[in-house]
Amino acid sequence: MPREAKIEVNKLNLWYGPKPALRNIAMDVPPNHVTALIGPSGCGKSTFLRTLNRMNDLIDDVRMEGSVCIDGVDIYARNVDVVELRKRVGMIFQKSNPFPKSIFDNVAYGPRINGIHDKRKLEEIVESTLKRAALWEEVKDDMKKSALSLSGGQQQRLCIARALAVDPGVLLMDEPASALDPIATAKIEELIYQLKSNYTIVIVTHNMQQAARVSDYTAFFYMGELIEFGETKKIFTTPEKKQTEDYITGRFG
Amino acid sequence: MRKKLLGTSVVTLSALAAFLIITVVILVMGTIIVGGKDALTWEFLTNAPREGMTEGGIFPAIVGTALLVIIMSIVGVPIGTVTAIYLSEYASSKSILARAIRFAVNTLAGVPAIVFGLFGLGFFVQFVGSGMDKVLTDGANLRWAQPNILWASLTMALLTLPVVIVSVEEAIKTVPAELRAASLALGATRWQTILNIVIPNSITGILTGAILAVSRGAGEVAPILFTGAAYFLPQLPGGLSDQFMELGYHVYIMSTQSTNVDATRGIQYATTLVLLLLTFMLNFSAIFLRSRLRAHQMS
Repeated sequence: MPREAKIEVNKLNLWYGPKPALRNIAMDVPPNHVTALIGPSGCGKSTFLRTLNRMNDLIDDVRMEGSVCIDGVDIYARNVDVVELRKRVGMIFQKSNPFPKSIFDNVAYGPRINGIHDKRKLEEIVESTLKRAALWEEVKDDMKKSALSLSGGQQQRLCIARALAVDPGVLLMDEPASALDPIATAKIEELIYQLKSNYTIVIVTHNMQQAARVSDYTAFFYMGELIEFGETKKIFTTPEKKQTEDYITGRFG
Repeated sequence: MRKKLLGTSVVTLSALAAFLIITVVILVMGTIIVGGKDALTWEFLTNAPREGMTEGGIFPAIVGTALLVIIMSIVGVPIGTVTAIYLSEYASSKSILARAIRFAVNTLAGVPAIVFGLFGLGFFVQFVGSGMDKVLTDGANLRWAQPNILWASLTMALLTLPVVIVSVEEAIKTVPAELRAASLALGATRWQTILNIVIPNSITGILTGAILAVSRGAGEVAPILFTGAAYFLPQLPGGLSDQFMELGYHVYIMSTQSTNVDATRGIQYATTLVLLLLTFMLNFSAIFLRSRLRAHQMS
């Protein structure tokens, strides 16, 4: 298992109202690798992902116990600024959600709220970010066009670029390709592969082949529990638990 | 056979009901236009009443109505918008404060206009106004403790507040939750999200709601009866502590307390026509904004 963890999760329990959603999760996410979270619908994998940038804070009636440390700092500690945290931990959503603004303004949104208003500086950031997100060549002449005029796959890569523009160390992806066709999906997967040398990526996916293709480590969730976590190769070839094997061989889920 | 008869009669009845409404609108509009078209001249719009208000125009009433609408919008629309933003963006659905505000808004919406007028008289004129006179002039002068355009506008703002709050909240709700989530996930604060995402994406709806609320207020007379409307004033209001003439009130006094009701009939119709045109203009601009919003959302 990895040397030094980027994200350390310990004894994490979470309830929606009286209903437990996560039970006693412990997991160390290694830096600069892709970690996939798999499991049947309602198993808690998305909920778990959202604890990593405290998006669950926005939901009423959520109660949490345990600790989540990123770079050794407990992100649920009292003195932690959630806004600062979310700048370091970017998130890509299942449904691509570009702002109804121009392509440029979408990518520049994060830098702008961080107080960067110098036009040349913003242009630099937008260009380099779009290049990192492998979208620059496709949109460089249309920076003023509405982001909504892009195709679904391009919109999702724009959302990835928008998240990259604030320079996060961690990227959380919640089924980023579930609404895309195979070609657009392949581009996203390719992008994930390129990004992992600089970012720690945690991705939720329903698609087992996708998990096998893009991830280095895989965590299998079932009924709010972390059943098994290890190298993807091992999980998919010689899982230790019977439930894991049943799930990845398609016997349920 | 009986089924068919029943079906036909239901269709006929609903068509009749719809026709009835259109007829009423046409009759009302027709009567007013026919009765008022001769009196409605440029001189009528730009002159003050003369000869015991049996001649002349309604210029002071137009100006008074415009001022009333403007001051009440300046006060009511921002307060209503901020309240709506608090209710939909900050307050959790379970918070006691939010529930209390919603309860108050719903209650206010059901209070008759005349009660607002009495409240304005008791609270603004007699309580706030006389308090101001005591503090400002040691009670020597009677300046604020009497009906004026400020108190009338504030009373009217209170009346329109529930409408503003409800319609602005509806407009804000149309902004998809995913956009808020995207903004927050980028490390924007709630306030930055509201300013950069929520308001720009609902501004047309907010304006539409505000205009509809204002046009509702512009047609009310009861709230200003005791709080600032004057029977007749030779000059325009020169400050917030002056009384003013208002179109709706002018119609009322012309038809009930004129020295010669028959001689002023044309003036009454024409004044009503001007008041109607004013509220229609506000309503149509709201409809126009809304259709532009729809077209925008389609693209």
